[in-house]
Amino acid sequence: MVSIAVDLNRCQGYAQCAFLAPEIFTMHGDEALLYNPDADEAQREKLAQAAAACPVQAILVDAVDEPAEAVPSAR
Amino acid sequence: MLGDGALAQLKREGRIVVVGASLAGLRAAETMRAKGFAGSLTMIGDEPCEPYDRPPLSKGVLLGRARADRTALPRLRSVDATWRLGVPATGLDMAARRVRLADGDEVPYDRLLIATGVRARPWPREEEAELDGVFVLRTRDDGSALARRLDEGPKRVLVIGGGFAGSEVASACRERGLPVTVAERGAAPLVGALGGVVAAVAADLQREHGVDLRCGVMVTALEGDASGRVRAAHLSDGSTVETDVVVVSLGALRNTEWLHGSGLGAGPRGIACDAGCRAFDIRGIVTDDIYAAGDVARCPHPLFGYQFLSLEHWGNAVAQGRIAAHNMLSESIDRLPHMDVPAFWSSQFGVNIKSVGVPSMATEILISQGSLESRRFVGVYGYQGRVIGAVSFDHGRWLPFYEELIEKTAPFPPQFTTVDRHADGQRPLDADFPDPSVPSHGPTVTLSGYSPADRRMTFTPAH
Amino acid sequence: MTQTLLHQILDYANRADPYPIYEELRKTPVHHEADGPYVISTYYEIRSLLHDPRISSDARNLASGNADPLAEPASEQSALPPGFLRLDPPEHDRMRRMTNRHFGPPHSPRRVDQMRPELHDIVGGLIDGIGDPSRIDLVEEFSYPFPVTVICRLLGVPREDEARFHTWADTLAASLDPDPDADAAERDKGAAEARMQLGMYLAGLIEERRKNPGDDMLSQLATTKSQDGQMTTMELLSTAALLLIAGHETTVNLITNGMLTLLRNPDVLQRLKTEPRLAVPIVEELLRFEPPVQLLPQRTTLADIEVRGVTIPKGSTLWLILASGNRDPQRFENPDHFDPDRPDIQHLGLGSGIHSCFGAPLARLEAQFALSELARRLDNPRLLDDPPPYRQNAVLRGPRHLRIACDGVRP
Repeated sequence: MVSIAVDLNRCQGYAQCAFLAPEIFTMHGDEALLYNPDADEAQREKLAQAAAACPVQAILVDAVDEPAEAVPSAR
Repeated sequence: MLGDGALAQLKREGRIVVVGASLAGLRAAETMRAKGFAGSLTMIGDEPCEPYDRPPLSKGVLLGRARADRTALPRLRSVDATWRLGVPATGLDMAARRVRLADGDEVPYDRLLIATGVRARPWPREEEAELDGVFVLRTRDDGSALARRLDEGPKRVLVIGGGFAGSEVASACRERGLPVTVAERGAAPLVGALGGVVAAVAADLQREHGVDLRCGVMVTALEGDASGRVRAAHLSDGSTVETDVVVVSLGALRNTEWLHGSGLGAGPRGIACDAGCRAFDIRGIVTDDIYAAGDVARCPHPLFGYQFLSLEHWGNAVAQGRIAAHNMLSESIDRLPHMDVPAFWSSQFGVNIKSVGVPSMATEILISQGSLESRRFVGVYGYQGRVIGAVSFDHGRWLPFYEELIEKTAPFPPQFTTVDRHADGQRPLDADFPDPSVPSHGPTVTLSGYSPADRRMTFTPAH
Repeated sequence: MTQTLLHQILDYANRADPYPIYEELRKTPVHHEADGPYVISTYYEIRSLLHDPRISSDARNLASGNADPLAEPASEQSALPPGFLRLDPPEHDRMRRMTNRHFGPPHSPRRVDQMRPELHDIVGGLIDGIGDPSRIDLVEEFSYPFPVTVICRLLGVPREDEARFHTWADTLAASLDPDPDADAAERDKGAAEARMQLGMYLAGLIEERRKNPGDDMLSQLATTKSQDGQMTTMELLSTAALLLIAGHETTVNLITNGMLTLLRNPDVLQRLKTEPRLAVPIVEELLRFEPPVQLLPQRTTLADIEVRGVTIPKGSTLWLILASGNRDPQRFENPDHFDPDRPDIQHLGLGSGIHSCFGAPLARLEAQFALSELARRLDNPRLLDDPPPYRQNAVLRGPRHLRIACDGVRP
């Protein structure tokens, strides 16, 4: 799974992500963006397209792959 | 002041402890590593899970489009930390530089960042709050419990409090076809944040979408049935709302109790700190090893008369986390002030609401673009003859312009024609805030510079 | 006599490399000559002005002689109203919403995404059809026919009519260039004539679609009623004209500029061959490095506006040099270097604010498919002319021909 967050202060509703990766990003009305914060690994390529196309670079995608970075579960 | 080489040593082998493993804490930790901090980093969090994003909890999660336990924050870089999760901090010994944990452990630090945030304000009567079907919405557990209950198709949801969170909950319920009542003590939803002129639009939006909106009322009691499930709420106007799900949305409490008696300047209003996020002690003297960031911090803002602002905003958590991290690892001359213009967003009833500046300080508002009737507009807020905030409803692409006006302390009302060229909107109205707060008078500060790299504060002394 | 910077921008002699002129311009971020426009060339100022509500895009605000042939009726008989590119809110917002209803989210969220297989097939077919691999004109054989085919299918315009509307579209695209020296009346006349012809052609199509609607955008625009109402026939004609022209006079340049840039940067081309995903950042970097719309010459100020200490009076014409902002060293490190690994490419190549490119997602996909497939299939491609011959246009800048040779075309 790939974690995603969108800085919606930056987002101006250009909707490039919703055009290019509609499985993950949807427009709610004309300007508000809804997204699935946890995309499938299979959607990674489209996610990269969406993030690259964002005119205000508001889409934050997990950049850390190393399992060592995973948080140990609570005791 | 650090002696020669002390900073280098801190960066090389120091111990940094971050209490609060959420947005501000995580972004701060990433920034420390990005700045070359190679020492030990401990992240302490009271929730048993890795840092997660909260905005989806009141939107996608309640709509059933995202899972509450799957909103982990993306990691922008590796932080290589020791994570102490599910263990709240219970005390601070400033002299010994140690944080006490609930499990009895003590964690020593050279630099401490406090980012413990806020928690939902619970329903004040404990017995009623414990009724089955009464929820708050702040954590992922709250989100998943509420989403589950909405899945069951309750007969009616009662939202107590028509602020942003409450309005978003009402919006999600209506989108799912659930009957909703919103009880708001003020004259309209969002009135505290945006004032009466804009709140009237929010009220219309709610009613149009089928919300049973009751304003100017308080919920006086919640009533349960024999099995301990909530069944009704009693309102101050004498009416009763039959309901099986109650969402208490009465704002937040700052998580500062654990600092009681520590000597740090922390209380119900947050942790007072300077513009560089360094915390004050109770004597009003700034510490040099303790920093605060995010919802729990209360910082003087250069653009708003150095008034101490507590901002429960996503962007503020990110910005302050980064500023605090930078300053922790800098000589005093290299420290940066937190001077981002406050900004937030909300989406509800299909409308995107965005704001910059501090609208709630304003006394006047002018609808500069679009129109209230179309629910597509920009409102500019004025205070003492200057632009102090702006709000947009589905007009977000114009907001950067207004942010610049705020940064430059542009005069209010703005005296220019906009592309809309409508005549009616060019008159300022009473912004109609219920409880106007008064910022301090005196000198002003403007931000200048053309690129973020050469952004400067310009200080203009009072005459 | 030395040319003024304005003339140098427009001078065809500088078409192959206008960037040194832009660099010169940036020394005076607000450049103004005699009665001419105010020319803005630095990144942050351009971006601010694109979000400034005191700047109008409405053709009706422009001083005469600068009129926009795409929108402004130069004579009564061609009285098409302006397309939304040349309107201000609230009309702009309403028209753009009505058009977007059939193109993108929230109402048509998958339309562009679902075109992927079709785009891939069209690209494949055109590469299959390449004649002599030792003498390819990439413009004629690929970068022009590809977006034209796509926009025709999307709008529901018969592909075989291309020869007819191509001439009109070219005339209109060329007349976007501001030209203080040319005979304005003569130029406007030609543009108005082309505009009228195109309008009449589209009117016929629309009438047909109203009777037999298909699933194309023209049919949907002609038959749908929404909260914003229904487009009038005139609004529909100007919108259709705008989409048809914008859809095929810009992407051709993006693709051609793209292949030219890749051939000048063989290391990047080599990487793209084995790593097709690189097409995504390559296209973004291209939109920065060689944007298909170089400048926006048609905005006007509705108030006195201060930019970098210069007061631009109300009623002035602005030129926003997007391509120069994209090379502003204040914003982009080493800006004259083509670097798809550049972090944070917030270019101005597709504009910003309410008039940002309507077809952006489609243009992105088209360019990504085009470049990754050309890189994969052309064996050892090389430029035959560098620089290639350019089209006359300064605004919609791109090569007229791009002659390349390769050792063969891979399957």
